[in-house]
Amino acid sequence: MILQGRAFCFGDHIDTDVIIPARYLTSFDPVKLAAFCMEGVDPTFAASVQPGDFVVAGENFGCGSSREHAPLALKGAGVGCVIAASFARIFHRNAINVGLPIVVCPEAFSMSEPGDLLSVDLHAGTIENRTRGGVYQAQRYPPFLLALIEAGGLIPYTRSKLESTPRSARGDGSVRPAGKTS
Amino acid sequence: MRVYSPEGASVGRTISEKILQAHLVPGAGEEEGRELQPDEFVEVTVDLVLANDVTAPPAFDSFRKIGAKNVFDREKIVLVADHFTPSKDIPAAENCAKMRRFTREQGLTNFYDAGCGIEHVLLPEEGLVAPGDIVIGADSHTCTYGALGAFSTGMGSTDIASAMATGTTWMRVPETIRIEYSGDLQNWVGGKDLILFTLRTIGVDGATYKAIEFGGPLVSCLPMSDRFTMANMAIEAGAKAGLFAVDSKTQSFLASLAPARLQTGYTSDPDAGVERVVRIDASKIDLQVAVPHLPSQAVPAESLEPTSVDQVVIGSCTNGRLEDLRMAAKVLQGRRVSRDVRCLVFPGSRRIALEAAREGLSETFLEAGAVICPPTCGPCLGGHSGVLASGEKALATTNRNFRGRMGDPKSEVYLSGPAVAAATAIAGRIATPREVMG
Repeated sequence: MILQGRAFCFGDHIDTDVIIPARYLTSFDPVKLAAFCMEGVDPTFAASVQPGDFVVAGENFGCGSSREHAPLALKGAGVGCVIAASFARIFHRNAINVGLPIVVCPEAFSMSEPGDLLSVDLHAGTIENRTRGGVYQAQRYPPFLLALIEAGGLIPYTRSKLESTPRSARGDGSVRPAGKTS
Repeated sequence: MRVYSPEGASVGRTISEKILQAHLVPGAGEEEGRELQPDEFVEVTVDLVLANDVTAPPAFDSFRKIGAKNVFDREKIVLVADHFTPSKDIPAAENCAKMRRFTREQGLTNFYDAGCGIEHVLLPEEGLVAPGDIVIGADSHTCTYGALGAFSTGMGSTDIASAMATGTTWMRVPETIRIEYSGDLQNWVGGKDLILFTLRTIGVDGATYKAIEFGGPLVSCLPMSDRFTMANMAIEAGAKAGLFAVDSKTQSFLASLAPARLQTGYTSDPDAGVERVVRIDASKIDLQVAVPHLPSQAVPAESLEPTSVDQVVIGSCTNGRLEDLRMAAKVLQGRRVSRDVRCLVFPGSRRIALEAAREGLSETFLEAGAVICPPTCGPCLGGHSGVLASGEKALATTNRNFRGRMGDPKSEVYLSGPAVAAATAIAGRIATPREVMG
């Protein structure tokens, strides 16, 4: 799958409080959350982001709270992909679970400027900067996460598990994630 | 640093590895006794699944989308209405109503409504967590229970919904970073100062995807309240978990609150493979303040330029325990909160509020001019009961000072322990007990 969008650039340690401030967390509707997305760090973001645009950030993107509202707000705002030098652990899980594509690539972060046209090939794990002409290799997903992503996220993955496992046998007959990663 | 045998297995095992091993859901045809390795993805059973009034409603939504009808065990789900409670507005009230409905529908035995307490203070008090448990919660500070030798970690609502349905979750086996504290603590210095100093040392992403193990000769002297404070903030270094080995202090804590769950827990083997060891001489740590806008930006309180504040917050899942309130009351006793400061006290639970009243701490706070609020997360995340206006500064015993965390994006939060917070409330600027007590 190829994604394409303009880059909105941010720095290191973009925390979940600036992605979606807690005062808006009484809702988990992506469209409602989107209106306040990134408010803490760029109040113009929600109004200017176009469907498919990319968020490009530095280290530790999504640090802080466990709120799934953060990837939901980005998704609701139409963000097509988040490219970061690194992600905080819980945000990483949440993004995959709610189906927000995320890619780890420090090089793409350091070589991108606001407004650059970027494209991401999720299967090949490559990022192309069409404005500047660079192609960068993103960190590959471990096989287990690829399987989860390909299943369509955690909800279909768990649904299929519940359907295939009789309740009495649950816990010893369940599907186990594919083994060790590289 | 990690020690491997030629076969690829490390010589000894860490606490995290032992706990995950004990909860492993075996794969088809897998041999018995296989030893887990860091960086491996595993499926494990969980002992407790937690959500609050912010994260539970989306989890219920995912629970239904999964197609689940019943929770895996109605005694192992814990719901706590603590973030926006007593309900700050109609949407918050609706979210609490959803929690009550789900509780009734599923026959849950552990629902804690508004006023019971803040989840991470409440669960240990209620005896719901034991050493060696795996606890997952839709709240990043779920790592607090590492103080009891449990492997506990925060996740999002969908992960939690899945675990509510199946009683299992997937995890990557984390590498361990061991932090060893030596030396004696200076007067007034406590767990909050240790963890802020540690965050400065390793950084806000110094332990991302890793488990932190707190150890060294000083640890056995630390009361449980300090251990909870430190484990609570392991997430501020990005850690998946922050663990303490069980010792006599853990045992006596459990003996009084959860006698039925008294366990010896796990200890890391002396030759356990760890990613790195960080050694900290705690005798050199002074009272700390983390300046805006990262918890790792800790400096000695006395090194700061004069910094006036508009609000002081004492409480939260980080520092809302009885020992914290005692320390604050000791400073405030017989003194007055500055007329330029709103000083808000949030006991971590009803039980703590009651004990604070019995001990006379509440009287001390009220006489000093502070306000005693219900047990809630409230202003810690800018939710309610102490939200900041543009340009305002607060000093808080909470856990995060990110931009806009306590209110307007142009407000600022400084973090400290309860002694500095109480002194600051009196002085009207960031101060230490040494300054205000003479």
